[in-house]
Amino acid sequence: MPETHRVWVYGDNVNTDVIFPGKYTYTLKTPEDIAAHALEDLDPAFVGAARPGDVIVAGRNWGCGSSREQAVTCLKLVGVPLIVAASFSRIYYRNCINQGVLPVVLPGLAEAVRTGDSITVDREQGVIYAGDRTFEMPALSPSVQAIIDAGGLIPMLKVRFQAQAGS
Amino acid sequence: MTASEHGYTFVEKALARAAGKRSARAGDILDITPDLVFSHDNSAAIARLFREIGAPGIRYPERVAITLDHAAPAPTTLHAQNHAEIRQWVKEQGIRHFFEVGRGICHQVISEEALILPGESILGADSHSTHYGWMGAFGAGVGRSEMAALWATGELWVRVPESMRVTLNGRLRPGVTIKDVSLKVVGDNGVEGGLYRSIEFTGDLLPALSLDDRPVLPNVMAEFGAKNAYMPPDQVVFDALEAKRTRDYTPLYPDADARYEVEYTLDVSVMEPQIALPGSPDNVVTISDAAGQPVEQAFLGTCTNGRLEDLEAAAQVLKGRKVAIRMIVIPASAEVLMEGMKRGYIQTLVEAGATVNTPGCGPCMGNHMGIPAPNESTISSANRNFRGRMGTPEAPIYLASPYVVAASAIRGVITDPREFL
Repeated sequence: MPETHRVWVYGDNVNTDVIFPGKYTYTLKTPEDIAAHALEDLDPAFVGAARPGDVIVAGRNWGCGSSREQAVTCLKLVGVPLIVAASFSRIYYRNCINQGVLPVVLPGLAEAVRTGDSITVDREQGVIYAGDRTFEMPALSPSVQAIIDAGGLIPMLKVRFQAQAGS
Repeated sequence: MTASEHGYTFVEKALARAAGKRSARAGDILDITPDLVFSHDNSAAIARLFREIGAPGIRYPERVAITLDHAAPAPTTLHAQNHAEIRQWVKEQGIRHFFEVGRGICHQVISEEALILPGESILGADSHSTHYGWMGAFGAGVGRSEMAALWATGELWVRVPESMRVTLNGRLRPGVTIKDVSLKVVGDNGVEGGLYRSIEFTGDLLPALSLDDRPVLPNVMAEFGAKNAYMPPDQVVFDALEAKRTRDYTPLYPDADARYEVEYTLDVSVMEPQIALPGSPDNVVTISDAAGQPVEQAFLGTCTNGRLEDLEAAAQVLKGRKVAIRMIVIPASAEVLMEGMKRGYIQTLVEAGATVNTPGCGPCMGNHMGIPAPNESTISSANRNFRGRMGTPEAPIYLASPYVVAASAIRGVITDPREFL
């Protein structure tokens, strides 16, 4: 089922310190607190204006720097279901998968849209429509897709351990 | 030659071994069982995820290490509660490799304790886990969910990365260090230059590097986007691990005909000291292009440059001189601190007007012990200078070698250290 999302567009090499500042990483625990600081040092307007279903569209090497998973969870808690970037830093990419937030490696989309525009994402067909352009989403490996489908690594393992305990 | 005939890179060999397979190639997805996994102040959050999974217990508790280093000693009650939760968890789970406040930075401590050995694999809930390339181990960073999964199952999926070979030839001139080389590699190729790759070093510079020099290169490769980094281990490495190791090991070396996606070669003999300008570790210029920039704080320490020879380098510059700005010195471990005291480096630094803090990460990631005010610049021996890294987005961070940090502290502006050597 294709879904329409409003986009927030950012540039290249956006690092985790501006996505979720390091000074909060050992003290903020509640979902509300973590969400409240999303993109704090990149785009202070984001938290107040973002709505569930909005998505990030970025340039190259999104999420470089620290391994902190809150740089993904803060966006997930705001309601961001997927992040499109020309490329991701490797730990950030894995953190997206493990949080059940779909990472889409797609060069060119950040240049095709502006903040506030809408895109339509058809996960089944693997395409994104932006204005009059169509972008193909790269397919994920089955093992990665299984983690996304389970809603993330922790939910997936939970089911596995429950099954083990029951057998 | 067919694809199956060419040789293997280090990472192909190391991950095949970690997955219990005869061989692997770039692009393969493997389930590996690391020899050690570790986390730090983030362990309480990982323990909460672990409980959510509902596993009966940690699969291999003897393969788990935890250090308190990122905000240690605790700067606030909330941080103290976080540490208390971790201590409780360590006790409950019987985790033996636990290192208290002041023992040092995870990468330094795990290396000193020989908890990981050449040819082995280590995953850490810390981006600078590329560090362990100094001994020829596979080291990579993972997120908190992945660490919880590793505690629960003992294994994790990895994709075998493509590799980049970095050849470093020549001898460094006086006053030029391996930190300068590391910054130049990132500066020349950009922060994405090593994205997803195994960075495998070679060249005639490597055998000449001291034990304290070696971790700098693989540590900084985290800023290069690397998955892991590798330096071929030799007798210097084997000797360092001999006293404390508790098991045998077999080092790994890439085949001469291994296939590299990218090659980069540097003649270090013509290099000048380098500076990464604020904003990104790849904003790298030679010292003459940054000299004279005012700085309000000098910071010597971190997993990159907080070892004994780094204290020695700063002491050499500061002996009999005074700092003009505040200078914070944080040894990477208690061992470094003790040896630095024995050799008089700590005394020299304090006499020069520097102050010394508890071994750990210090202000590197903006937690405590030297957070700059907005618009105050710091010259730092750390590895990362992204906007906001030290706690406030308006505080510029310059990255450099310990020599440059010390020389700049004397003048209060970025200074070429060679006039003091």
